[in-house]
Amino acid sequence: MRPVIPVPPTRHLLRAKDLVDARYHEPLDVSALARAAHLSPAHFSREFRRAFGETPHQYLLTRRLERAAFLLRNTDRSVAEICARVGLSSVGSFTTSFGRAFGLSPTRYRAAYPPASSRVRVPTCVVQAYARPHSAVFEKTAAHAAASVLGSP
Amino acid sequence: MLKQLTYVQVWVNDQDEALAFYTEKLGMELREDVTVPEMGNFRWLSVGLPGQDVAIALLAVPGPPVFDDETRDAIRSLLAKGASGGLFFATDNAQKSYEELKSRGVEFTQEPTEQPYGIDAGFRDPSGNHFRLAQQNA
Repeated sequence: MRPVIPVPPTRHLLRAKDLVDARYHEPLDVSALARAAHLSPAHFSREFRRAFGETPHQYLLTRRLERAAFLLRNTDRSVAEICARVGLSSVGSFTTSFGRAFGLSPTRYRAAYPPASSRVRVPTCVVQAYARPHSAVFEKTAAHAAASVLGSP
Repeated sequence: MLKQLTYVQVWVNDQDEALAFYTEKLGMELREDVTVPEMGNFRWLSVGLPGQDVAIALLAVPGPPVFDDETRDAIRSLLAKGASGGLFFATDNAQKSYEELKSRGVEFTQEPTEQPYGIDAGFRDPSGNHFRLAQQNA
């Protein structure tokens, strides 16, 4: 008979932490995380903090803020939509915690980076298809330009 | 000079559990499994991807005389906390690999996600080691 090797209790806490990283956009709360770790909420919060140095609530909030910052830099979605997309329900408290974490409001944070549209990776075939001037407009503009050059009515 | 990387070593909590996971779930092949009684039953266990020489040595965290109890417990705790490093795998189709591994019960930390370099996903072994699979852009 081989000896039974116990699973270290922190492995269950890691599972709860992974759940935050994967499902931060869902209405997760500490009791759902405690269930993933098979612990009571109060015991879970204490043990999580002992293992990872912060409470599960702080970990969840900072993960959501990190994802929100990412979306502010890389999308043109509104602040309200980004707030909802990272699993937060109140735009007011989102703005407050974001400011505390990053030292800037979400809008100013976004303005500090080049706009997402300038960095989007558009394949050449898409540029060629969408950026070509519409021929009807082109003809009208050309006719107008020709008319002004010739000075005729 | 150095010629080739032949093994990477991964600490595991339970070698039998790890062997089942790496072979049955991740589709690796058993390369070596030897227990040495005169070395305190040290078990050299390795697996690898079929068709690739480099092997993964799945080693149990030893106690005395190699590590004192405190050190062993610290390593096992870091492992369980997911703080022990990881391995990076390539795949031709990240979505397909994800679905297949998921259906076998592999614990994913991240679903396939588009990145500037391709599509990648994250998962763990039973011990808490972190792995990524990536489909690189052509």
